[in-house]
Amino acid sequence: MLISGLRGRDESADRNARYIALWTTLVTFALSLLLWRDFDPTTAQFQFVEQRAWLGTIKFHMGVDGISLPFVLLTALLMPLCILASWQSITARVNEYMIAFLVLETLMLGVFTSLDLVLFYLFFEGGLIPMFLIIGIWGGPHRVYASFKFFLYTLAGSLLMLLAIMAIYWEAGTTDIPTLLTHGFPPAMQTWLWFAFLASFAVKLPMWPVHTWLPDAHVEAPTAGSVILAGILLKMGGYGFLRFSIPMFPLASAEFAPLIFALSVIAIIYTSLVALAQEDAKKLIAYSSVAHMGFVTIGVFTLTIQGLQGGIFQMLSHGIVSGALFLCVGVIYDRMHTREIAAYGGLADRMPLYAFCFMVFTLANVGLPGTSGFVGEFLSLLGAFRINTWVAFLAAIGVILSAAYALWLYGRVMFGKLEKPALKYITDLTWREVAVMAPLVVLTIIFGFYPGPILDASAVSVEALIKNYQTALAAATQAHIALAP
Amino acid sequence: MSTTLHLSVALPELTLALGAMVLLLVGVSTRKEQADLVLWVAVLVLALAGVFVWRRSGTTTLFGESFIVDPFGRVMKLLTLTGAAVTLIMSVDYWQSAGRLKFEFPVLVLLATTGMLMMISANDLIALYVGLELQSLTLYVVAAFDRRSARSSEAGLKYFVLGALSSGMLLYGASLIYGFTGSTLFTDIADAVQPSGANLGLIVGLVFLMTGFAFKISAVPFHMWTPDVYEGAPTPVTAFFAAAPKLAAMALTVRTLFAAFPSVTPEWQQIVTFLAIASMALGSFAAIGQRNIKRLMAYSSIGHMGYALVGLAAGTAEGVQGVIVYLAIYLAMTLGTFACILAMRRKGHMVEDIDQLSGLSSTSPMMAFLLAMLLFSLAGIPPLAGFFAKFYVFLAAIHAGLYALAVTGVLLSVVGAYYYLRIVKIMYFDAPAERFEPMPGLLAAVLGASGLFILFYFVYPAPLVKVAEAAAKSLF
Repeated sequence: MLISGLRGRDESADRNARYIALWTTLVTFALSLLLWRDFDPTTAQFQFVEQRAWLGTIKFHMGVDGISLPFVLLTALLMPLCILASWQSITARVNEYMIAFLVLETLMLGVFTSLDLVLFYLFFEGGLIPMFLIIGIWGGPHRVYASFKFFLYTLAGSLLMLLAIMAIYWEAGTTDIPTLLTHGFPPAMQTWLWFAFLASFAVKLPMWPVHTWLPDAHVEAPTAGSVILAGILLKMGGYGFLRFSIPMFPLASAEFAPLIFALSVIAIIYTSLVALAQEDAKKLIAYSSVAHMGFVTIGVFTLTIQGLQGGIFQMLSHGIVSGALFLCVGVIYDRMHTREIAAYGGLADRMPLYAFCFMVFTLANVGLPGTSGFVGEFLSLLGAFRINTWVAFLAAIGVILSAAYALWLYGRVMFGKLEKPALKYITDLTWREVAVMAPLVVLTIIFGFYPGPILDASAVSVEALIKNYQTALAAATQAHIALAP
Repeated sequence: MSTTLHLSVALPELTLALGAMVLLLVGVSTRKEQADLVLWVAVLVLALAGVFVWRRSGTTTLFGESFIVDPFGRVMKLLTLTGAAVTLIMSVDYWQSAGRLKFEFPVLVLLATTGMLMMISANDLIALYVGLELQSLTLYVVAAFDRRSARSSEAGLKYFVLGALSSGMLLYGASLIYGFTGSTLFTDIADAVQPSGANLGLIVGLVFLMTGFAFKISAVPFHMWTPDVYEGAPTPVTAFFAAAPKLAAMALTVRTLFAAFPSVTPEWQQIVTFLAIASMALGSFAAIGQRNIKRLMAYSSIGHMGYALVGLAAGTAEGVQGVIVYLAIYLAMTLGTFACILAMRRKGHMVEDIDQLSGLSSTSPMMAFLLAMLLFSLAGIPPLAGFFAKFYVFLAAIHAGLYALAVTGVLLSVVGAYYYLRIVKIMYFDAPAERFEPMPGLLAAVLGASGLFILFYFVYPAPLVKVAEAAAKSLF
């Protein structure tokens, strides 16, 4: 089956734009499910590989393995929901909006499936254009500032990665990812390349202290835009660490893992505290995203099987949960046109269905056992505990803080007396909103109780990754010993 | 190597020169209303010259080796001819609506293009100077072409004074080089220059020569004329300035440095590196505050020449390949952008303020979309063609170990992205202004062609890169 079959484009008339976009994304999702069915989880090799001549030694090379498959599924799943979520809230320039989303989906799938660095970069940065337009055209009052900040921040980071890709090209003579995964870069070069890649992924993920574009972009983007940002675009950074930084530069990864831990712990505690002080519901969730991404980086850089799998699972779970939380805020924003937490209260009376969905996602965000959030955080912390107890301890404080801000948000919006006169006639979820929420609620709970399918699909690839990493490390240590007098 | 008078080698240049003279006679002897005809015949002459260039492959020299035809020259000539022909086509509607097309314009463009082709083929300091002056003198005249406009006259005069100064410097450098090497032929100079004892006089001569080149490609710090001339000259003339002469001057620089001074590469690399960084920096920062789109394009072109110089600074065949790819894509982007600028017309008047583009995405969505893509491409965002242009020059710079230059370059391109984004913002995020007059068909065709090229270049990028590679190899 061709991976390019996953790519959809839309050139329809305005009237049918919504339906065409919806069907395109649904078909894409169905195709990605087929891909999952035919995926062989017993091998770490790349599957469904497609390769064509493109630019001399740089080939058009695509395929998936256990690490990229979950992200492909996540992207394909969130897209139709985003289209549904913007069914009524987007009334201006519907056609362009849908085209932007479909182009974005194409590029995001490209990021997760490309097996050539230059191709990866093409997709990775190409996504900036539709996202810039989505924030800038359909966003909130400060959208221009937010869209510029988002664009320039990310561009600056990824251009350094581009230079690193060029250096790799001259060093290894190829940009083919499967070949590069086994290429041993000289240690000094690894450091530089690792930092160049870090610059890009840290901005994208985002890590402290380069996270400041995220709250602005999230708050100003339309609901579906925030969902995509939180659900998928942020995951590109984590995916980048898994795909490039660790396997290609194992020595540098090992050496600088403490740096990542430090930054992640700061991110978790600092942004959780910042989240506590937010007045704006969307901003609160945005900061909580940064904190949750901290768990991902900790998990990934523990370089243990548990940690890596935890990181992957945390990214998936966060993609679903934070996406869903943004959708929840979007629901009340569509009705009341404000995101200020103080403007709400007592909604549980009028909107029982909504309150239920919101509760599930809030609990998942906190990481309550039985929700998908728990599995990811637990595995990441488990991995961290084996490496460094302090990191695990400090990160666990973040879990407590996350309970504080998430429950506080829930309490202020849902409980109490319905005092605000404007809220008297607020209506519960419509069927369309239920259709958006239901799959996410179900997935959150299923993955909470039975995370097996995702963990199995990625297990072999993760094991292979760890094994390669340890061989590279051992080889380097031996070389070091041999050099020593 | 044949040095006899095989004039057929210079057929493209002869075609242009003869065509210009015939058209001059035709123009004088016919009525004013038929100037249009002269323009279209001029386009045909350019196309014919293009065919002659196309048909001759391999390397030949002529006129005692002072004139060389090789694959590098072939590619650059084709690009230059394309630039000249397309700008002529784009100018048709501009002159028509203003009712002031004079037949001299196409004739002058033909003569300037002849000069450019001579520059590209120059293999001797004298041939170089003659080609350069033929091109420059005609450009001074077309810059001042709109007699009734004070701005246009100012542009012509400013261009002339500064251009004459730079020609003087170039000539002074050339005479120093002649004095220290005893020859004006590039090949003899290359033989005479010893890498070890490159003497001071020669280096001073090289610096003066580079000054003259830098002026022609408008590299900082010899860029001062560019914004004023771009703004003052009639818009089709500005489009022509941005497209054709830049390419020819860059080709001339590349050939001179590699053919005459290959043994002192480290010396001129320093100069080129400085020019590149200064141009990229000024092009990015100075463009931010501009309100006039022609002026903005002037700074943008200064910046782009800086990026092209990054490839030259590498001093390798890969670098030259990068320069060629860069210039080819730059040409397509520039022509498309100027097609949009020429279409900015309301109630019979051209408007040049960037703010006039506000809300273009709702009044003319197609034009806004293509212009936005061109701007993203100028900023170098993948998967548009502009990304590949930057990719190849930086690839060469990294291979040559110019890490500082590469890092500075990419960071400055983030600054550069800001002002391109600002135009996109005005077109897409701001409230619509009054509608422009419908875009004339010819402009729409040019815009469509260049838009398609930059949008879909990534699907099939190999051919251009291969051609550029072969052309670059012919210099070494």
